[in-house]
Amino acid sequence: MPNMALNKVKMPEQNPDIRNKNFQEVALGYDEAMAAEEAQRCLNCKHKPCVAGCPVNVKIPEFIQLVAEGKFEEAYLKIRETNSLPAVCGRVCPQETQCEQLCVRAKKGESVGIGRLERFVADWYMANCSSQEEKPESNGIKVAVVGSGPSGLTCAGDLAKLGYEVTIFEAFHVPGGVLMYGIPEFRLPKALVQKEIQTVRTLGVDIQTNMVIGKVLSIDDLREEGFKAVFIGSGAGLPSFMGIPGENLNGVYSANEFLTRINLMSAYKFPNTDTPVFVGKNVAVVGGGNVAMDAARSAKRLGAENVYIIYRRSEAEMPARLEEVHHAKEEGIILKVLTNPKQILGTEDGWVKGMECVEMELGEPDKSGRRRPVEKKGSEHVVELETVIIAIGQSPNPLIASTTPGLDVQSWGGIIVEEETGATSKGGVYAGGDAVTGAATVILAMGAGKKAAEAMDKYIRQQSQK
Amino acid sequence: MYKIVRKAILNPSVVLMDIEAPYIARKAEPGQFIIFRIDEAGERIPLTIADYDREKGTVTIIFQIVGKTTRVLAEMNEGQTLLDFVGPLGVASHLEGYKKVAVIGGGLGTAIAYPQAKKLHGLGAEVHSITGFRNRELIILEKEMEAVSHKLIVATDDGSNGNKGFVTNVLKQLIEEGNKYDLVIAIGPLVMMRAVSNMTREYGIKTLVSMNPIMIDGTGMCGGCRLTVGGKTKFACVDGPDFDGHEVDFDEAMRRQGMYKKHENQSTEIHVCKLGGVTNA
Repeated sequence: MPNMALNKVKMPEQNPDIRNKNFQEVALGYDEAMAAEEAQRCLNCKHKPCVAGCPVNVKIPEFIQLVAEGKFEEAYLKIRETNSLPAVCGRVCPQETQCEQLCVRAKKGESVGIGRLERFVADWYMANCSSQEEKPESNGIKVAVVGSGPSGLTCAGDLAKLGYEVTIFEAFHVPGGVLMYGIPEFRLPKALVQKEIQTVRTLGVDIQTNMVIGKVLSIDDLREEGFKAVFIGSGAGLPSFMGIPGENLNGVYSANEFLTRINLMSAYKFPNTDTPVFVGKNVAVVGGGNVAMDAARSAKRLGAENVYIIYRRSEAEMPARLEEVHHAKEEGIILKVLTNPKQILGTEDGWVKGMECVEMELGEPDKSGRRRPVEKKGSEHVVELETVIIAIGQSPNPLIASTTPGLDVQSWGGIIVEEETGATSKGGVYAGGDAVTGAATVILAMGAGKKAAEAMDKYIRQQSQK
Repeated sequence: MYKIVRKAILNPSVVLMDIEAPYIARKAEPGQFIIFRIDEAGERIPLTIADYDREKGTVTIIFQIVGKTTRVLAEMNEGQTLLDFVGPLGVASHLEGYKKVAVIGGGLGTAIAYPQAKKLHGLGAEVHSITGFRNRELIILEKEMEAVSHKLIVATDDGSNGNKGFVTNVLKQLIEEGNKYDLVIAIGPLVMMRAVSNMTREYGIKTLVSMNPIMIDGTGMCGGCRLTVGGKTKFACVDGPDFDGHEVDFDEAMRRQGMYKKHENQSTEIHVCKLGGVTNA
């Protein structure tokens, strides 16, 4: 008999007042008993609506069935059939708008905790098993993947499984892309990301770091070096600023820079590491997405007393996951919604001392369907601050587009692709993830990497028949 | 891993190293830079490329000991390796089409001015080089600069090499003597680049400066290296490092350069303490 409890089995978490002072993971994960109990909530429905909600089509009811039977290793292998990064996805996927949203159990009560179970299975496997995956037999055909974030890793893994000799070129000194530089340790431990990348390496994927494609080699150079097809998964690395006075004052960061210092360069361990970060007593993060939440929660952990999220719409319109907003609030982050920055104010020697903001009210819905915020006259006020972090979005990095003749891009920088295949305007060149869509989610990027791998395989087969 | 294949001490605080990096050596051009990291706990430090040898596959860096990382690097020797070395980053200098150019190097900036002078010389421009140092002991690359310049004037602040003065005075004198430059390249400390730019503005001579602000990735991702140029925000890593000296907001650049002074001092102190500990043991 299935477990008919209306709510998910609770997942233990670090106490908010303790965790907002450390960088250890917030959520602690299920143990075996909790996982088995939660797995029994799955009705194993025939039409499997959850699977359709997953961009990489994880065989959800099947792996959950295996968990319910206590066959954790088999459950892991079942997930791995379609997903290269289960420990990552179990943590950072917005399940509530994907698989879990379509779960039959969600019609009355909470959905099955699919994400929590995926995470449990991946963690259990890493703790108890050593990967038995082997390099598949090589077909001798070289393909290149640019960028080792979620889309690149997925594409590379899938191509390697088909026998291709895959080389990933990564600009940074470690692979992982946004999983390493963007998402904080307390949401996604970096050691775990590296372990998961290791499983992609065991498939025979070669990862070359410190290779900035577009500079050290162009896409055309790669083709000349014998790579039969190229996938571009270079992410959305170009930070947006607001264009208001004072943005170049000392103490103003893009969220990209702030998080990269902390995550990739381990600035939270300074001076044991060499990269510093400046966090004042009062910190404002401008923006309402997951990145804004990550930056705010990181600032709090680095000792800021007052951390504000400044967002021009209301809490209901925030693009961040509910869970992230909830965690941020629990940790003492102050939401200043319906508030918009006008200018950043500086001291005489050029450091941030505050930000002039104006209150907003919601007017008529705009193109995005969200009610448009308009300024409330006379509501200007100054918030005292030492640090301002701008988290209003990122667009694709132009380095590759600007050095690849024949590669068509949108006016805002996104690479133009055929949606079903990821094919670009340039033959043999595919793209996916944030480089195409602008900043989106890990799992959408993985889905794009997966589709492109299939299409690249088809393309290469067709070419070889010619 | 990137091997140090040659090390030379150019003056008490300036060191030259040839680093084995064949991919970068193949593509590097004057004006571009690399980013290195010594070890796992290390920071990413940008350095403008001083020279490259496409055949040997090496890239030359010349650096001044200013903080912990450069101090540690200076202590390393031939045969040892750097964990990370990435490039060539930034836009190469546009040096084609000039007839007569004044190339100015202030202190360590001479190391970056050198490849520019060399390239211009190779392109057939008449190159007048001016280098400036605090005193005679600090002079670097005199022979190298001489080899790629039609005229080289080395000035010292204290006159200890027999030629007292600042690079700006020397440039002014050359201009007053009737030299018609169609380009001035000024590379060195921000104050020096500002002084040169202010002067050439009066003469209406196009002036390029090379900016080296704090940065992390060097690919446009963090925005830490932003500058105001002609009233607009630019990223030194992808829009530069060369900019029109008449347009750069040097005051802002100087302020931003000092953002981590306290942190740098703390980091260096700890390193020096640890070294002390080792010697005493």
